[in-house]
Amino acid sequence: MTISSASSAQGKYFTRQANISFDATAGMEKIEATTHAAVLILDVATGEIQIAVLLKGFEFEKALMQEHFNENYVESDKYPRCEFKGQLLNNKEVNYSANGIYPIRIKGIMTLHGESHEVTAQGKLTVRDGHIQGEAGFPIILADYGIAIPGLVKDKVAERPRITVYCSLQPLKN
Amino acid sequence: MLLAALVPPLFSSAQKKDLLSLVEDTVPKKEFISNAFKSTRVIDGQSMEFLGKGVLDTRILHRFGLLNSGANNLYGLDQANMRLGFDYGFGRNLMAGVGRTNINKELDGFIKFRPLWQSTGPGSVPVSVVIVTSMTMVTGPYVDTSIKNFFTSRLAFYNAVIIGRKFNHWFSLQLTPEMVHRNIVNYAGDHNDVFALGIGARCKLSRRVAFVIDYHHIVYGLTRGTYEDPLAVGFDIETGGHVFQLHFSNSQGMNERAFLTETTDKFWKGGIRFGFNLSRVFTIHAANKHEY
Repeated sequence: MTISSASSAQGKYFTRQANISFDATAGMEKIEATTHAAVLILDVATGEIQIAVLLKGFEFEKALMQEHFNENYVESDKYPRCEFKGQLLNNKEVNYSANGIYPIRIKGIMTLHGESHEVTAQGKLTVRDGHIQGEAGFPIILADYGIAIPGLVKDKVAERPRITVYCSLQPLKN
Repeated sequence: MLLAALVPPLFSSAQKKDLLSLVEDTVPKKEFISNAFKSTRVIDGQSMEFLGKGVLDTRILHRFGLLNSGANNLYGLDQANMRLGFDYGFGRNLMAGVGRTNINKELDGFIKFRPLWQSTGPGSVPVSVVIVTSMTMVTGPYVDTSIKNFFTSRLAFYNAVIIGRKFNHWFSLQLTPEMVHRNIVNYAGDHNDVFALGIGARCKLSRRVAFVIDYHHIVYGLTRGTYEDPLAVGFDIETGGHVFQLHFSNSQGMNERAFLTETTDKFWKGGIRFGFNLSRVFTIHAANKHEY
């Protein structure tokens, strides 16, 4: 009898240096920030994907904007982490053992500022010689997470900022 | 059946455990505290906060006349005094500023440095320690032209050490042992050196509004009864790049030498005046420039 093995790329891939940036520009002033220290882990067998990022890691060009982001908007002292737990919807269509670029759709729950909300994203995975690179983007609605924009700056801060994730994954060795 | 038992289960409960716990770094990192006070001043005195590197702060201060000067004087608003100043952040722990007050046409300049920054995490420090040194120069005409006047008579010096702590996201407290040295004083009974202890506290009421108290207890150098301890209470309101500080105080001075050594009104006996600080920051040199 034969023991059937699962696909050759069974395992988990991760990075602790995923790039996450967001753009909340609505008026003339650029409102954008990036962090290079997000944690992302992907289970290629199930398509399960989880991301965690420390909000204090987002770097802005303007120090005051960074302070406002932390103190007044996301309140990072109270809610230091933003988390995403979800699934690659078309994981079966991705051949992790063959080089190529695969479009992906992701759906899951994002938790930010103490509130959770469903999120869907589009992106692509690039498989090359055992390494996986991922890119995805999606908009969120700040109000879904209890993040209020004060009336005075309503035309400066976007209600639906766009989030971009970029990562380069390595296999997780047990 | 036997075959199925040998195939590794793909969706066992073990797979459903939190993936992040496999890779997330749970080691706490050292973090410096920020926003103990919304501005680099409590109200009159310096706070333990700094500007970011490359940030310019334009400050306009107004102090009005006494509230009890009656409706005819618009409760003091008719008598307005002003200081215009510019502060610049050279680094996260070093800033300097210059300013000019219309009373006595007094120039002032200061340097503020933070050798110790309150932090959390490994190697944490419970307080911030900040050193302030400043000089003031009266540029108006000499008061008494019957005596021989020297240039150095125009000068006074202020030095202080601020020890402050952000206790939690809504309360901060700082203590400031401080002293003013005046090269010349107006009356023979006044001392050239005045020592005081400043107490500053901030209670954050909402995301953008805070209640602030700035009190300085004169320990030595001024005759109690002739001179009073300066006390200011007020609200900080933050909108975008502006911070408005609206307050009531018994002192009119807008630099340390002035409010510490020239306050004569009694706060609890109606000697109160309205004033406001307006601060607007501009980023001159952006930090964290990225290539996107």
